[in-house]
Amino acid sequence: MALKAKAKVDHIDINTSWCKGCGICIGMCPTQVLEFDERFKARVAHLEKCINCKLCELLCPELAVSVEEAENE
Amino acid sequence: MSKNVRLMQGNEALVEAAIMAGVRFFAGYPITPSSEIAEGFSKKLPRVGGKFIQMEDEIASMAATIGASIAGVKSVTATSGPGFSLKQENLGFGIMAEVPCLVVNVQRMGPSTGRPTKPSQGDIMQTRWGTHGDHPIVVLYPTTVPEVFKYTIEAINISERLRTPVIFLMDETLGHMREKVLLPEPDEIKVVNRKFPKVGKEDYLPYKPADDDVPVIAPFGKGYRYHITGLHHNYKGYPTTQPEEVEELTKRLLRKVERVLDDIFILNTYMYDDAEYVLYAYGITARIAKEAVNILREEGLKIGLLNPITIWPFHEDKIEGLLGGKKKVFVVELNSGQMKGEIERIYPRKDVIGINKLNAELINPYEIADHVREGLR
Amino acid sequence: MSLQNIKKYLRKDMFPHIWCPGCGNGIIMASLLRAIDALALDPDKVVVVSGIGCSGRISGYLDFNTVHTTHGRALAYATGIKLANPELTVIVAMGDGDGSAIGGNHLIHAARRNIDLTAILFNNSIYGMTGGQFSPLTPFEKRASTAPYGNVDHPFDLAPLVKSAGASFVARTTTFHVFNLQKYLERGIKKKGFSFIEVITGCPTFYGRYNKIGEGLDMIKYQKEHSITYDRAKNLSEEELADKIVVGVFQDIEKPEYISEYEKIIEREHHE
Repeated sequence: MALKAKAKVDHIDINTSWCKGCGICIGMCPTQVLEFDERFKARVAHLEKCINCKLCELLCPELAVSVEEAENE
Repeated sequence: MSKNVRLMQGNEALVEAAIMAGVRFFAGYPITPSSEIAEGFSKKLPRVGGKFIQMEDEIASMAATIGASIAGVKSVTATSGPGFSLKQENLGFGIMAEVPCLVVNVQRMGPSTGRPTKPSQGDIMQTRWGTHGDHPIVVLYPTTVPEVFKYTIEAINISERLRTPVIFLMDETLGHMREKVLLPEPDEIKVVNRKFPKVGKEDYLPYKPADDDVPVIAPFGKGYRYHITGLHHNYKGYPTTQPEEVEELTKRLLRKVERVLDDIFILNTYMYDDAEYVLYAYGITARIAKEAVNILREEGLKIGLLNPITIWPFHEDKIEGLLGGKKKVFVVELNSGQMKGEIERIYPRKDVIGINKLNAELINPYEIADHVREGLR
Repeated sequence: MSLQNIKKYLRKDMFPHIWCPGCGNGIIMASLLRAIDALALDPDKVVVVSGIGCSGRISGYLDFNTVHTTHGRALAYATGIKLANPELTVIVAMGDGDGSAIGGNHLIHAARRNIDLTAILFNNSIYGMTGGQFSPLTPFEKRASTAPYGNVDHPFDLAPLVKSAGASFVARTTTFHVFNLQKYLERGIKKKGFSFIEVITGCPTFYGRYNKIGEGLDMIKYQKEHSITYDRAKNLSEEELADKIVVGVFQDIEKPEYISEYEKIIEREHHE
């Protein structure tokens, strides 16, 4: 599943009212797309590096991260 | 009429009555002197499309019984003292989560393993306060095998109406004694079924009480998705820590039973109206006390019997009224005086006399009569 | 598969959930929802029964028919529910204290009966809710609030235990292995019979801290680094497996299921 060709990621939605800042998404991202914000919640820093592996979404214990793919053109 | 007369053990009568009241699930664990109830259900339930399961222990039996009722099926478990002790935590869950079911305790003598095959009435206070926390409880306690049949149906009906587990106490002697029972036709008995919600699924609040303080809780699987918990909870069923919600729930659980006390309080009397002296007795002991009344009446003593079938809740007002004007009350129990303390709360202590037996043998009418004569000397 | 597909199963007014930052329980919960979504189960017919402890809170968060029961007894409640209405899909969530200590007896007996339930054991190797006491799944010599000098108890190897008790499907995985986790949950739910999925999950607040493993992220990395597949583990010695997590499918067989067998009796004897 992870090896299939991926659709382009439009944006990564982070629900900051649910995020508790555990940093799992940040640390497990293979391309360092995410970082902590000033409140120690996750935020998107380098969307262009995203390879759409969705590890951040799948491993988020808070169900706070959503990788949104671009609409098919 | 005679076609429906059967010679039955108390334990057998309970099974017959429960099935007639609509019970279709039993979970239990073998224990003397209640095992015939499990055996009876294992044989009878599949024949009416119901299910029996012998669980791995008493705790699991109580849990599975509540589980089946959550799914909408009337359910029963049965045990004796040691098993009843083990069931207490989950019994409390049933009370808190408002899940109807019948819990039968065919008493044997304790504490601990005690005298497993012998009668005792030592679980009176355990039925009242066995599980932790303030809680309501309804306990019915028959005196004869025909009464086992009649009041089993009544107990299940009360449980369904109030959505609370009801305890059915029996004596070892009654569980194993055989008597003639006239089995009614199904249309001759009243069967109460729990209410089903009338509101739409969107507006549904499972733990919002109706006017009678009883919530209308749907069985699982009918489209009303909701949460059940043993934690204090709000109308949605979600856990709450709000003091006012916690207090409201605790008080409502007590109130839903208290407010129908007159309806659920069953009391039988014998030679009572002109009596000057009272025997207060329940279960098998009440039936023996009845004979003691006959003996003492022949001697000219104006004595009568008060026999509560509903031993809990204790209907203070009613009992206080009935004892008013009487000279002395003898409380006959096969324990050290568990119910006597309740009578002493509402009647002058000096005029309450306990007649107690603690050797795992039944008391006989002559012994009771002797104690009464002695008490009057 | 996206978060939107599973958010519909949440009671959103209960969020954020009570689990600590970095706790793996939410990962298991999300994986369960992805499995339920993939199987296209009717939410009205799904029941989630949980016990007491951190894992026990899962039932409150899910918009199914849910029961938060007493400590250790979730499987016994679930047994009654499933027997009373076999058309329900009954999923049971337990912690390691719940499922292997106070409720250990129910676990082996549910497996022995092979009743059609899916049991998920959240194994965080410790009692989290009560403050970090050791459990029957805390590894030997690891630390806990009641094992301040190291645990002298030996842990159960639970998956093989449940397998030998008679379950139809047994698997173990970790919160790191989210794809396998979802797959095993799907297989367990689909299996007619007793299914048991043990999931190693991180408790950074107690287990991670007492044993100097670190935060939630470190615990997930630990799971990744210490896992070894069931097939590879077969050829290794006990010493080589000492700090390993053996993951994979331990059992997947077809055998008579309890309720189906009971219903045959009803079919034969029912005369009403």
